[in-house]
Amino acid sequence: MDMQELIDPFARLIEDLCTPAAVRAVEAGGDASAMWDGFVESGFLDALVAEDAGGAGLSLADAAPLIALLGRHAVPLPVGDTMIARALLAAAGVEAPAGPIVIATGAGAVPFGAVASHILSGTPDAPILTEAKVQATGVHHDVDAYATGLDGKALRPIAAVLRAMLISGAAGRVMEMTVSYANERSQFGKPIGKQQAVQQQLSVLAEQAVAARIAAAIGARSGLAPRLPDAAVAKHGTSLAAAQIAAIAHAVHGAIGISEEYDLQLLTRRLHGWRLADGSEGYWAGVLGELRMAQPGKPTADFLRAA
Amino acid sequence: MFETLTLSALPPEDEAIRPALRALIAEAIAELPVHRRARSWVGFDASFSRKLGQAGYLGLSIPQSYGGADRSPFTRFVVVEELLSAGAPVAAHWIADRQSGPLIRHFGTEEQRQFYLPRICKGEALFCIGMSEPGSGSDLASVRTRAEPQEDGGWLLNGQKIWTTNATHSDYMIALVRTSGTSADRQQGLSQLIVDLKLPGITIRPIVDLTGDAHFAEVFFDNVRLAPDALIGAEGQGWKQVTAELAFERSGPERIYSSVVLIDAWVRHLEAVGRKDSATMRLVGSLTAQLAVLREMSLAVTARLVAGESPVVEASLMKDLGTGFEQSVPQLIGDDLAAHPDEPVDAELYRTLLYVTHVAPSFSLRGGTREILRGIIARGLGLR
Repeated sequence: MDMQELIDPFARLIEDLCTPAAVRAVEAGGDASAMWDGFVESGFLDALVAEDAGGAGLSLADAAPLIALLGRHAVPLPVGDTMIARALLAAAGVEAPAGPIVIATGAGAVPFGAVASHILSGTPDAPILTEAKVQATGVHHDVDAYATGLDGKALRPIAAVLRAMLISGAAGRVMEMTVSYANERSQFGKPIGKQQAVQQQLSVLAEQAVAARIAAAIGARSGLAPRLPDAAVAKHGTSLAAAQIAAIAHAVHGAIGISEEYDLQLLTRRLHGWRLADGSEGYWAGVLGELRMAQPGKPTADFLRAA
Repeated sequence: MFETLTLSALPPEDEAIRPALRALIAEAIAELPVHRRARSWVGFDASFSRKLGQAGYLGLSIPQSYGGADRSPFTRFVVVEELLSAGAPVAAHWIADRQSGPLIRHFGTEEQRQFYLPRICKGEALFCIGMSEPGSGSDLASVRTRAEPQEDGGWLLNGQKIWTTNATHSDYMIALVRTSGTSADRQQGLSQLIVDLKLPGITIRPIVDLTGDAHFAEVFFDNVRLAPDALIGAEGQGWKQVTAELAFERSGPERIYSSVVLIDAWVRHLEAVGRKDSATMRLVGSLTAQLAVLREMSLAVTARLVAGESPVVEASLMKDLGTGFEQSVPQLIGDDLAAHPDEPVDAELYRTLLYVTHVAPSFSLRGGTREILRGIIARGLGLR
């Protein structure tokens, strides 16, 4: 299948459903059902479900551009989480509910928990579906929420890869917005993007955005049951990049970047949230360090090739 | 932006060359202490380079008719990865294989190709590159070394190059010099000349660096007479040729492995002392994870070369990230070791740590500084 035939309609769907105003309305606690129904009707929620179970049978790597689009547009609903949950549920022979499903993998805030109908925990082979009972985080306009009493640690690698893919999509958009702003905003009689000091920062932002995209692709390459080193490299790299990208984007934008009405904050708040969700760079560095040290005597380059 | 950089796998036929290559490398490094292996780039071993040439690992991209292997940039990726990750001494053939060979192949006359390329592929013609001068560093277009055209079609060369890596051991220099106009003409009027370093009028003075090594040198030209065929490519096209050459230089896996010998020595230390606390695991994992992403990025850039592109901006982006990582390694490992003052550190590891610490600034100088690279990226982003 030519993926572009799926990517273009999905991009149009998101642009229609998830305008910045619609995203803000959901974040403010408004009714998300119309937006969600749009995704349900599109059929994309079953993109990762096997073909013999009625889905499109895409691999995670195939679906990467679709998931990146969700990050790119700061979609405030767990569309990617639900795609993965529906694929795992279908494989386990469990019928999926129609509502938004989130994945709880630890004690921290669950991404999109505040707008979920169900929560997935358990393991990839034996997923457990429960109705969502969550507590608000109290963070301004947060769509994430706490869910307690669930054990989804075994789902952490796939959730981390999903978060890496979302970060990568948002990072690309933040890079474009920031470069474009630097070319438009004029100070000292010329666009600030003509200042070497600003150019150097934007170059670092671009490096991190490309690194995030490659890191996410490493995570996606082994599918819905990601190999642990791939998940670790993906979430470590994207989390590291997320914080740097957000910092540079805000530095270049100046005060308008932290204003409510400007769209940058829709993306950078998500970059920070997704960096912390399902294990930060520090958590995944620890996981990879353990894997590495479990193979004594193996040179770094050999570990990388086998990893 | 930069969407063409995507995950790329090495072809099986290139992976397949590793075992034989490894055997050759193992023999060359068997007697080298770790701090010598950490010197990989500046490790000079002409006999090892000749062995690599005889075994067909040099001139990989050069056609077979000139003595090369006619293989892809992926093959070269594998060879360079094996050499640098083991800390093999690559200095003797490094520049000829990486830059001068491809340059002569692209811009040389048929006679020049026939003359130089077979010897480069055998590891028998060693090259250095004359770019920097006392007054020309990052501002390379300001070079003042001058070659005046002579009546016989040859050139009379006068001037000085500095920081020329491996000049002392090399047979030839490819020098960027002014052949017409003045410094005010900037990129116009520059040409590349192949200079036989045994000619009369050439003085080479080694420069000792802060680690005690003398890998670079000053080279003086005093009325050096060059034959007409010293000119490589077209007169006045030197800037364009140099830019193409730097793209070969910046795009390989060499920009991620400069500190890997230190990482491996440190990991062996951790294994020996049995340190497994979570802060240590996080540092091991963080360095490994960063290198994993950099390696895939480097492969992605190599895939663009395989596709016949000249990924100048992508290679600059890759190199800036890679050298930043390489430079962070001695700082982080130094802190880790010294944060455990009661844990004995082998003197060999300490020597390696301090060697890499001291030489690390060069990682983001050689082949274009960090600031120059970021300027190239900014241009790629449409900012200048």
